[in-house]
Amino acid sequence: MSKHSASGPPGQAPDANTAALRKPRRKRVVLNDSRNPVTVVRTITELEEQTSVGEVLVRNLLRAQFKTSMWLAALTLTPLVGLPLAFYLCPAFAAATLFGVRLPWLLIGVLPFALLFGVGYWHNRLAERHEKDFVNMVES
Amino acid sequence: MDLNPLALAAILLIGAVTWYLGFHSSWLANTTPDFLVARRIVRSRRNAAAIAGEYLSAASFLGVAGLILKDGVDALWYSVGFAAGHLALLLFVAAPLRRSGAYTLPDFAEARLGSTGLRALCTVFVVLIGIFYLVPQLQTAGLTLAAIMPVPPWVGAVVVLVLVTISVFGGGMRSITVVQAFQYWVKLFALAVPTFILITVFVVGHPMQQPLSADRPPDFVADTTITVPAPVQVQVAEPVRLVAHGTIDGAPVDSEVVWYAGTHEVGAGTRLEFGKGTAVPTVASAPATNSAWLRPEAGGISTLLGTYSLILALFLGTMGLPHVLVRFYTNPNGRAARRTTVHVLLLLGLFYLFPTALGALSRLYVPELLVTGQTDVTVLMLPEKMLPGLAGEILGAVIAAGAFAAFLSTSSGLLVSMAGVLSTDALPGRVRDFRWAALVAGVVPLALAVLLPPGDVSLSVGLSFALAASTFCPVLVIGVWWRKLTWVGAAAGIVVGGGMVLVALIMNIVSEYTGRWAPWFVAQPALITVPIAFATVLIVSLATPRKIPEDVNRILLRLHAPDPLGFIRDRDVARFGENRAKPTDGRHRR
Repeated sequence: MSKHSASGPPGQAPDANTAALRKPRRKRVVLNDSRNPVTVVRTITELEEQTSVGEVLVRNLLRAQFKTSMWLAALTLTPLVGLPLAFYLCPAFAAATLFGVRLPWLLIGVLPFALLFGVGYWHNRLAERHEKDFVNMVES
Repeated sequence: MDLNPLALAAILLIGAVTWYLGFHSSWLANTTPDFLVARRIVRSRRNAAAIAGEYLSAASFLGVAGLILKDGVDALWYSVGFAAGHLALLLFVAAPLRRSGAYTLPDFAEARLGSTGLRALCTVFVVLIGIFYLVPQLQTAGLTLAAIMPVPPWVGAVVVLVLVTISVFGGGMRSITVVQAFQYWVKLFALAVPTFILITVFVVGHPMQQPLSADRPPDFVADTTITVPAPVQVQVAEPVRLVAHGTIDGAPVDSEVVWYAGTHEVGAGTRLEFGKGTAVPTVASAPATNSAWLRPEAGGISTLLGTYSLILALFLGTMGLPHVLVRFYTNPNGRAARRTTVHVLLLLGLFYLFPTALGALSRLYVPELLVTGQTDVTVLMLPEKMLPGLAGEILGAVIAAGAFAAFLSTSSGLLVSMAGVLSTDALPGRVRDFRWAALVAGVVPLALAVLLPPGDVSLSVGLSFALAASTFCPVLVIGVWWRKLTWVGAAAGIVVGGGMVLVALIMNIVSEYTGRWAPWFVAQPALITVPIAFATVLIVSLATPRKIPEDVNRILLRLHAPDPLGFIRDRDVARFGENRAKPTDGRHRR
């Protein structure tokens, strides 16, 4: 492996020789893991084999996730799209000042980042909740 | 420009640490999966720093502040859009994309739609986007190096590319993760510390010469001599007395002249001498007076539409950038991918506060850049203008080091992703091929960077966002959420959307040379091309229902099923092995 000769000609780099020379990595072999209940396996099989039950479950999850994403996207885009329009239509708003700083500079330069992080954080929680509900449904 | 030994030392230090980190951790990168996907054990916090570090390019570090100096508050939409792109990524594709188990965009397209033709098309556009993104990075690297030492601009481009190629040769993706995470913090530090110090200097030490709200241009803060590197059209709002040597309005001049209000054409190589306190003439495309600069949307309806176009391109384009996507595959699962992205939003939001402050300060202290309109070096010049002497030089050196971290991280990210795509699609996909592909993927942008005239880095980068938003974004979003997508629809969308952006790109370059006649949608076409691309994908998919993949339900299940259920499957480990099967249609379906 040419990690030892990074500046050497790349064409002569041997490929897997060193990897083969290394000691094989230890692996844990599990033949039958009792922690996974049988019912889960059955539902998962059901999901995999696209039975009607499984398909309805997946469709519901998909719809819930998509709806959440769309709502949050709309929530974010409303101010981002509305601000330029407001500045354009209302010059007085565009020239307003707050604490000696022009308001638009604060509204575009600082606020959106807090909004983006907040929405992102919220989405993460909602999406994880949908997934947890789904897993609970599958496992019950 | 004179040699600045401190800045040079700082850049060398950054280069050395980058190289050391890359080389050191390449000792650990032994197998092909190590090389390409960092064995998928990169922790989410470090991965977030790595994504942010890779993403914060020259456009963010230097370009945004430069555009703020020139265009004022409207340029802030660049920082907002650059960050908001990650929210779109999080909302619509992050977790499903990770669960798809593919490594590159072509991988995803083929896994989802089972067409090798579509895969090849995606490969072409990944490489195109990578090149368009890399060229302005390299050009700005050239400008930066030329600003701190007396070398021609191409030297910086070559230096960055050589450093990056060596680093990529050494350790591939895994070492890059460490390097990128490190470089995010370097960039944040290199911008935050000077910002705090300069703001303090501004508040405490310097009485403001004139308020930024004045209805007139900024003034030169000292006697200034400017050599115009390329022909430029300047607008004059107040009569200016200056000494000029060269050509103005097509006629040779070698004496004192007076410019009255209006526009003037200044030829390449012309030397202009301005006295302290005279009003600064600005490039014709920027607002001339401080009051117009301070107000948003002062340019009328075309500025408004241009702003929307920019927001759309940046919001939807980020998810189609190859170097961002590759990073996501190093997350262990879909949930981690989402958490990483939230963290990225935090890191980016923190970073983008600083270019704004620096850009506004530079309107007061380095207005002379407005004459040539080449404002990308604003941030580099600001400290020495505000703090003459050693303190300013040290701050300048810190910023220069941060700028080089930006060039190095983004370039290496792009190079890794382009090389990954090229090596798996055009070559047999072994480590050796990865290295050759990296070499090829670097040389082409380098040639373009040297040959093409440099423009504003953020504007050029904005075009590659538009290209990504018009090609990969529809395929990704629709592919993740809609069962009826077909490969025909996806290919049609990519060809139509990508084709239109490419036409706009060529028109834009032609317009640059022939008097800037192009309207706003040529410079930033996303507002038109993205909806058309989405519509094309939907309509053509609906028209070709028989091409819907048979196992679409199973694929969507894998994309959306929560990670604990264990549907996630990583194909790349098998795929990038030594004995790869011959490519056949739908070879992922194992």
